[in-house]
Amino acid sequence: MKQCNNGWAKAGKIIIYVIIILMGLTCLLPLLNIVAISFSGSAAVTGNQVGFIPVDFTLAPYQKMLADSQFWRSFLISAVRVVLQLALNMVLIVLMAYPLSKSKREFHARGTYMKLLIFAMLFNGGMIPTYLLVKDLGLLNTIWALVLPGAVPIFNVILVMNFFAGVPKSLEEAAVMDGANPMQVLWKVYLPCSVPVLATIALFSIVGSWNDFFSGLIYITKVNNFPLMTYIQSLNVNIADLLKAGASSSTLTNIAELTNKNLNAAKIVVSTIPLIVIYPFLQKYFVTGIVVGAVKE
Amino acid sequence: MELLHKTKVQNAVSGRMRSQNAMFHFMMLPGMIFLIVFSYIPMVGIIMAFENFTAAKGIFGSPFVGLKHFQYMFSLPDIWVIIRNTLCIAIGKMLLTTLLAIIFAILLNEIRVNWMKKTIQTVVYLPHFLSWVILATVVVNMFNLDGSVNQILNKIGIGSMNFLGSNTLFQPLLIMTDVWKEFGYSSIVFLAAITSIDPGLYEAAAIDGANWWQKTWHVTLPGMLSIILLISVMNIANVLNAGFDQVYNLYSPMVYETGDIIDTYVYRMGLLNHQYSFSTAVGLFKSFVGMFLMLFVNGLSKKFTDARIF
Repeated sequence: MKQCNNGWAKAGKIIIYVIIILMGLTCLLPLLNIVAISFSGSAAVTGNQVGFIPVDFTLAPYQKMLADSQFWRSFLISAVRVVLQLALNMVLIVLMAYPLSKSKREFHARGTYMKLLIFAMLFNGGMIPTYLLVKDLGLLNTIWALVLPGAVPIFNVILVMNFFAGVPKSLEEAAVMDGANPMQVLWKVYLPCSVPVLATIALFSIVGSWNDFFSGLIYITKVNNFPLMTYIQSLNVNIADLLKAGASSSTLTNIAELTNKNLNAAKIVVSTIPLIVIYPFLQKYFVTGIVVGAVKE
Repeated sequence: MELLHKTKVQNAVSGRMRSQNAMFHFMMLPGMIFLIVFSYIPMVGIIMAFENFTAAKGIFGSPFVGLKHFQYMFSLPDIWVIIRNTLCIAIGKMLLTTLLAIIFAILLNEIRVNWMKKTIQTVVYLPHFLSWVILATVVVNMFNLDGSVNQILNKIGIGSMNFLGSNTLFQPLLIMTDVWKEFGYSSIVFLAAITSIDPGLYEAAAIDGANWWQKTWHVTLPGMLSIILLISVMNIANVLNAGFDQVYNLYSPMVYETGDIIDTYVYRMGLLNHQYSFSTAVGLFKSFVGMFLMLFVNGLSKKFTDARIF
């Protein structure tokens, strides 16, 4: 009887391991496919022969990409955008979260500010009014159109505010005794205590602005000024054309697009490198972020 | 004498409070300027949903037409199609992602080989951080007519399917690929919930002779119940967000009938067809409903769980 139970338990364990490994592979293999395509010869790619290992290994797509000045210009625009957005987000979030973490007794206008913030989080003017505003401000086709509209991520302000509210009061009182003003208290007491939550929102800001293609799509009309994801989006094969081409087998455009496939794959691989670089840090902090975000008060 | 001292201290304290409050306002200022310019001024622009807006006449000069655009919107068959699509896609994604995330978390918790657990987590969380621009290329590569999925389907004799161009297959494709992208990341909260379950409960169950299924059913799932409820409630707020990035990067006119959602419709009508007023009206309808959903969800989670969004 005992033997039998053990057998079942063992079989169950093995099934669980197999399912989990399959789930992992499902997530990994499609991504590996793109990497393999980026290292494969055009003929193999056109013939759909590439699975998860490169066929006719070549670095040609990467060499071609090195010479593509638009790719690197867009890469640079995205990098600058990430830095600007990160700096702006962090400064504004921290400056707003600190006074808002105070009680109504300590900061009389807190309630009014909170109402303004929450209303702006719940409701927005929508795509067209925001677009017209950005246009009227003369920001179209500038990097500021990508950065300024998202300068205050309200949800993150609330996240940091809640975290600040949990910092022990005694630390602040000691600093105030020593004659520190609110700015110094924020800088010397609150920020050092809040590294995990600040790292989390910083990383999410980086990922968000690196991955964003929508701002580029609506606010940038010149290809020269495209951020990287908008540029890559503009390369993506037009699906309507692809479907038509697929129906009438190999038309000229179809072949031209397919031979570019390994070049585009190379661009995709390089465009994700910055994310892969920060991924270990992300993994360290996103659990904190979620826990802070989900379990409040 | 003591009284005098007391008022002096009070004065000093209230003086400090006043300067502190001034400092607080000063700290709020930069953020509030951005909030007013980029959140509140566009709200004024909502007026154009009630006008025949033309850029030449501006928001305050264009003729007022009342609810004309809203009446027109609800008279179009389009609007019901996109509302239906939005709800189907969004709800399908939420239900399946949550279900798979729960199953994944429970199974992953059984993995005792640490490096393997870490590796699987690393791999499974990764797609969440990649943009749909990138993943659309991956999806198109796999699911177009000569893609790898159709090669396999051909080999096993089912024959190829036009996932990207068929109105019956497009919604399932959107839902499945989004579940693929998000289930791992969504499992994090559930995994955290499982690890916080008291190990004593499992020991007690073992003494009572419970097998794995019974332990999962009677200990693990009840232990996760509150977080499952919380996530489900919060999901309600998102039923109108079917995912612009994904749909925009995968759809084509062939699948508008089942793939077009409110956000893509607003984008096409507004920025491509320049029907500013009409598009703003549709967008306003969405943000209005979205706002009440958020308020409803916040009230609900305040009432039934100890967490709230704001």
